[in-house]
Amino acid sequence: MRPQLLVPVTPPATARRVAMPPALPWLAGSAAGLLAWGLAYSQLVPVSDGLAGLLPLQPGSPLAEAARFFLYDAPKVLLLLTLVVFGMGVVRSYFSAERTRALLAGRREGVGNVLAALLGVVTPFCSCSAVPMFIGFVSAGVPLGVTFSFLIAAPMVNEIALGLLFALVGWKVALLYLGVGLGIAIVAGWVIGRLHLEHWLEAWVRDLRSGAAALPPTALTVADRVRAGLEAMRDIVGRVWPWMLAGIAVGAFIHGFVPTDALAFMMGADSWWSVPAAVAIGIPMYSNAAGIVPVAEALLGKGAALGTVLAFMMAVIALSLPEMIILRKVMTLRLIGVFVGVVGIGIVAVGYLFNALPL
Amino acid sequence: MKDVKVLGSGCKRCEQAAAMITAEAARLGVEIRLEKVTDYAAIAAYGIVSTPGIVVDGRVVHAGGLPKSDAIAGWLG
Repeated sequence: MRPQLLVPVTPPATARRVAMPPALPWLAGSAAGLLAWGLAYSQLVPVSDGLAGLLPLQPGSPLAEAARFFLYDAPKVLLLLTLVVFGMGVVRSYFSAERTRALLAGRREGVGNVLAALLGVVTPFCSCSAVPMFIGFVSAGVPLGVTFSFLIAAPMVNEIALGLLFALVGWKVALLYLGVGLGIAIVAGWVIGRLHLEHWLEAWVRDLRSGAAALPPTALTVADRVRAGLEAMRDIVGRVWPWMLAGIAVGAFIHGFVPTDALAFMMGADSWWSVPAAVAIGIPMYSNAAGIVPVAEALLGKGAALGTVLAFMMAVIALSLPEMIILRKVMTLRLIGVFVGVVGIGIVAVGYLFNALPL
Repeated sequence: MKDVKVLGSGCKRCEQAAAMITAEAARLGVEIRLEKVTDYAAIAAYGIVSTPGIVVDGRVVHAGGLPKSDAIAGWLG
């Protein structure tokens, strides 16, 4: 059945023509900003070393090591985050949740899961909008499994996680994360689709049918897109910096105080239980990607196994207690259980895989 | 009298969007009746996915993110 349109929509009567702002000043401004950013980034080591030297701490002591980690990572992550979020804001101005839904509506499973996971990376998404998005997708005829592929990929495989992994841990790990993150979103969504669990949605969600509103076309100029980047920067950096500092503080503690032997035992590749344990601990926890990547960096630096760390990181970002509480509004506990179970098993499998690989 | 609805379930930007519309209407001297729609089913029925959404006289004019103030003036004018 075609989704029926509940609201009569007419094209806008008056599309006001606004004089196009010239692109050049905005492009020049962006270039100048990038140059300033590069200068600041190149001065990170001397500045943080200088600051660490001012502290009355014995060089080489655990506290001094922790302080050095913090003083180096805090400005570095802040600078990276600023740049990544700006780029993300510009890229995301080319996408919208409405257009993504139109691309996915009625799409077959399989192809639909792949497309949904890919769109999840670039479509504007915040966990506060997860429920309206979920309802909007399902009610417009996006298959349940395809909707889940989107909902898994969107928070987990985002530009912040990828950008910070790239800069703090290296391009190989960032690329692996992108690949396995998309893989989990595609496979888990496909599995949930195969299980045909539509009857485990809340009844009012299942019965809802909606069409797409005909929004007035918005032709964005270069200036608009740069402004979207700046807006995202102000908004997201303003929101996640406490997470970031907390994550770096935890990373600094691990770097300075946690004995390498203990960590290699707990999170090493030889302990078969380390992956499921990391996932079990990570699932109820919630942190933004900006908070967890510094922790992952410190863990890897201390000899933790890559698979275990990736599994922990994915469990923290992709699944969380607050998210489950929000999702309870639209789906039954059983469906939430299946969702957490399928994604959790996928993450554990990825953890074992990377612990076994000679990387 | 313009009938304006802000669609969104208590997100921060929904509040900001409502405040921007009130301010813009006052500046232009346009009388509006502003209503906040927070029910998820009602929001979905308007055919939008991202919030805040804005509906003016029954027509969806905006979805997702804060609107620009000159756009608001266009919808109210």
